[in-house]
Amino acid sequence: MNSILPKFLTDLLLIVYGLYRFSVRYFKEVFKPPYEFKETFRQFFEIGNKSLGLVSLTGFIIGFVLALQSIPMLTKFGAVSLIPTMISISIVREIGPVITGLICAGKIGSGIGAELGSMKVSEQIDAMEVSATNPFKFLVVTRITATTLMIPLLIIYADTIALIGGFAAMNIFSGQSLQLYFSTVFSALSFADVIPATIKTFFFGYAIGLVGSYQGYNASRGTESVGIAANVSVVYSSIFVILLDMVAVQLTMILY
Amino acid sequence: MNDIPKIETKPPDGKEIIIEISNLKKTLGDNEVLKDVNISIYRGESLIILGKSGSGKSVTLKCIVGLMTPDSGKVNVLNINVPELDIDELQELRMKIGFIFQSGALYDSMSVRENLEFPLVRHEKLTDDEVENRIKEALTNVGLVESIDKMPSELSGGMRKRIGLARTLILKPEIMLYDEPTTGLDPATSKEISNLIIEMQKKFKVTSVIVTHDMKCAKMTADRIVVLKDGVFAAEGTYDELQKSDDEFVRGFFE
Ligand SMILES: Nc1ncnc2c1ncn2[C@@H]1O[C@H](COP(=O)(O)OP(=O)(O)O)[C@@H](O)[C@H]1O
Ligand SMILES: [Mg+2]
Repeated sequence: MNSILPKFLTDLLLIVYGLYRFSVRYFKEVFKPPYEFKETFRQFFEIGNKSLGLVSLTGFIIGFVLALQSIPMLTKFGAVSLIPTMISISIVREIGPVITGLICAGKIGSGIGAELGSMKVSEQIDAMEVSATNPFKFLVVTRITATTLMIPLLIIYADTIALIGGFAAMNIFSGQSLQLYFSTVFSALSFADVIPATIKTFFFGYAIGLVGSYQGYNASRGTESVGIAANVSVVYSSIFVILLDMVAVQLTMILY
Repeated sequence: MNDIPKIETKPPDGKEIIIEISNLKKTLGDNEVLKDVNISIYRGESLIILGKSGSGKSVTLKCIVGLMTPDSGKVNVLNINVPELDIDELQELRMKIGFIFQSGALYDSMSVRENLEFPLVRHEKLTDDEVENRIKEALTNVGLVESIDKMPSELSGGMRKRIGLARTLILKPEIMLYDEPTTGLDPATSKEISNLIIEMQKKFKVTSVIVTHDMKCAKMTADRIVVLKDGVFAAEGTYDELQKSDDEFVRGFFE
């Protein structure tokens, strides 16, 4: 295509338009029976299961490192007692959701892209279609619903683990007690921190499921397109997680 | 080629047209795949489509089930013009058509039982026992009941084809479309699959359209053969007729 716009921009616009159409179709079909409850549950648990290990590990390390890094600096100012407050707010508001979101974009987004891409390439999606069943409902609606619900849970879980990681560092290097740490952590948090931070994670989950499904479902012919679908899914769902986070932060600042 | 044998469009006595394609055109990218495809397929017959790789045989089948939309032309299946259907009408028609994909297209993440169950439970209100019986019956037809709990990755190429056949026949279609059912199989397995096609043809009185390069399969299953060349059906006849064709290209398939 020869146009005035650079190629990456036309690609981006095409993808955004495609995602918009895919989204509309999702909302049209998600509330229409018959519902694929069983498959939705299966996807829900599979997504959770697949990411739990990675999310636990990274969550713990992030909390741990965040606390560890702050100790020497804040000791200089005699403000070590502020560390739990700082950790708590930064993890719950930003670091937990964004990092976990990005990890899920990599792990779950690419998984969905590759899985649906290979089903497309090996004609399994066509086979569902000609057997007069609805592959969009069975494959796409179930996955998007599952990521929309599961990724917020994973993020809440990751936040918890990260706070525990922070405690581990505080306990080991500064001798803080469990009780003091967590009472500071919780008193630092207000609804204004928790609610917007939780709401945005549903959008992260939706975006990850949407992008992965879109790329896989529309993979072109040939086995190399499976790899492309997985790859592009990661790139775009990561971009969306960051963009959505930016929008969420702006909105929160306006609203609160 | 000016002396293309004319394809019979009037139904011969007592035959009912079940699929009628006229002036079908389909361009993919800048490749004019189907230029002017015309054919009538009769109820109960077994029609073979021959053609070189990439000549548009799969595209023709996909136009029949509405997986691809033609640029122009009519595709009448059971007296309904497929390109004009909306999705619900198309689904209803597809219940009567079985499609065997070149790759088998078994659902990799599901066991054999779940593969067969998938279309069945979504179309018919059945009790668990009835579902089980229908699955066993379909698997018995293709001789693979013992593989019911296997995953597709554990099956050989021939077994995958047979499971694909069972999954399609479980909905009792009137029309079966086979895309290269024996490609990639050894001669003995190919023969088994060809025999199975004939057996199912007799048992369920289906109309079969079979795309193949395998002349043994063609010889065994064909009532009639058409040859796709340069986007049109360039020859038509029985196996014996085409074998003796004046056209070198057509004869080439039989050598
Ligand atoms: N979805 C598609 N997009 C673009 N080109 C296609 C598509 N499907 C088939 N083609 C092209 O159309 C031609 C006919 O393909 P096909 O019908 O699969 O051939 P065959 O006769 O071997 O089954 C080939 O050149 C193929 O590359
Ligand atoms: Mg083909």
